[in-house]
Amino acid sequence: MNRGPFDGKAVLTGAGKSQVGRRLGRTGLELTLEAVLRAIADAGLSVDDVDGIASYPGPAAGAAGFSGASITEVRTALGLRSRWYVSSLETAGQIGPVIEACMAVTLGLANHVVVFRSVWESTAAAQAGGGHASVLLGGGGKLPPQMEWTAPFGALSAANWLAMPAQRYMHEFGLTREQLGAIALNARRNAGLNPDAVYRDPMRMEDYLSARMVSEPLCLYDCDVPCDGATAVIVSRRDAAAGLPRHPLTVESVGPGMFERPTWEQRFDLTTMAAHDSAATLWDNTALRPADVDMAQLYDGFSFLTVMWLEALGFCEHGRVGEFIEGGQRIALDGELPLNTSGGQLSGGRLHGMGFLHEACVQLWGEGGDRQAARTPEVVAVGVGGGPVAGSMLVSSR
Amino acid sequence: MSDDTYQRPSLRLAPSPTPESLAFWTGGRDGRLLIYRCHGCGHFFHPPGPACWRCRSTDVAPEKVSGRATVAAFTIDRQPWIPGFDPPYVVAIVELAEEPDTRLITNVVGIAPEDVRIGLEVEVFFEDWTGFSGDEDSRVWIPLFRPVIGAKE
Repeated sequence: MNRGPFDGKAVLTGAGKSQVGRRLGRTGLELTLEAVLRAIADAGLSVDDVDGIASYPGPAAGAAGFSGASITEVRTALGLRSRWYVSSLETAGQIGPVIEACMAVTLGLANHVVVFRSVWESTAAAQAGGGHASVLLGGGGKLPPQMEWTAPFGALSAANWLAMPAQRYMHEFGLTREQLGAIALNARRNAGLNPDAVYRDPMRMEDYLSARMVSEPLCLYDCDVPCDGATAVIVSRRDAAAGLPRHPLTVESVGPGMFERPTWEQRFDLTTMAAHDSAATLWDNTALRPADVDMAQLYDGFSFLTVMWLEALGFCEHGRVGEFIEGGQRIALDGELPLNTSGGQLSGGRLHGMGFLHEACVQLWGEGGDRQAARTPEVVAVGVGGGPVAGSMLVSSR
Repeated sequence: MSDDTYQRPSLRLAPSPTPESLAFWTGGRDGRLLIYRCHGCGHFFHPPGPACWRCRSTDVAPEKVSGRATVAAFTIDRQPWIPGFDPPYVVAIVELAEEPDTRLITNVVGIAPEDVRIGLEVEVFFEDWTGFSGDEDSRVWIPLFRPVIGAKE
């Protein structure tokens, strides 16, 4: 049978990351160019070899710092001659444009596409005086339309929106805070081995359980850390990648589906999310099965989102994630399914989705250094997004 | 349980209603919770819009519902986000009595936050707010929920 939706033609040939940190005071475009140029060099390409560019979310309205740079700004800055380009917000999560780039190279519309995601939310928040509300509302006099159904009730943060289904899941299935804490502790342990991570000091379960509550049942350590930083990958067509220095990583499958209405509160089953729809399409598009996956890089904008992805992707049954993650052994670097090996967004910093794909590449190439999994993976599942936003990929070194 | 424990916050971020959401945000002027209902299949739906997502009929209109609902999910917010809207407060997803898979995000008030439970029966009341502009035509009646007197927890 064919090898996934791209028949093995779409491959990842390079990955790059900018400086990552809190309040770096650098512009979003500077950070973006740093990541883009590093990814191009990593692939062994010159800028003129790159004939496509894609990004999430593009020149987004909304919170300051949410979009570090648009593709127009990057194209202008680098003088790119692009045979194909796109940015999108209404797509399969923050890696949606990677999926689109895979389609573009497979169809021959481009040979090498650089795909980036860039944020400078930490600096933007500082410039706005540190007030969350001012950042969220963008300083305008009107609520943005997407806040109409939440902000009047003081539900201004995704922490509020997500805490509700998390509470429901705990109520239905008995997930405990200690089990949820295993996600946060695993991230911190791995971040301690990653020199680029934002929070690297050791965290114990007592620290997690005694942290201040943000929106019950979610505490401070269930929430990721806003940062400044950019990540980029190079998507190439396999035949165009011949002779490049890196072993090309095959995009075996993608999960771009969404079946239910994209809201936080109207989904039929409040204990599932868009991740479940994405994962269903991911497995529809491949002959690989969950048992073939060696490692998972799963969105942890909040710890509970990782819980959703673990069951959505079929690594455990619906409702049974608590026992799977309890104690953290299964998801550790030497466990059966190493998880979020760079420290994720909880401790590594909110690179907003693309950081997980970057880390998947690093691990598949065996270049994780101190945080390299005990068994270098051959197949990594990447699941990105939360609530009504989701996209997923299977990437392999086979 | 009664609502005498509830104090109106000094600020709410009032919505700017759209043509579709105007009925929802202003029905409280007359004490009515107005939810869109499809005349094709009879089901309610939310958020409001010009078509029924179930049967795709465009024969839809806002209709008064009982205002009774059940807490399906909730959180106690502990972090201040909005000056003048002080924690702790309960943000909840409530299911309408008429159509349980039609849900509203709201505040459940008039009960100690620690006493809120999934399954709690609640009823609507409205809080009158003026939008950012301060204009009279920016007034909205925000639907909030409190425990039904005498309801079982």
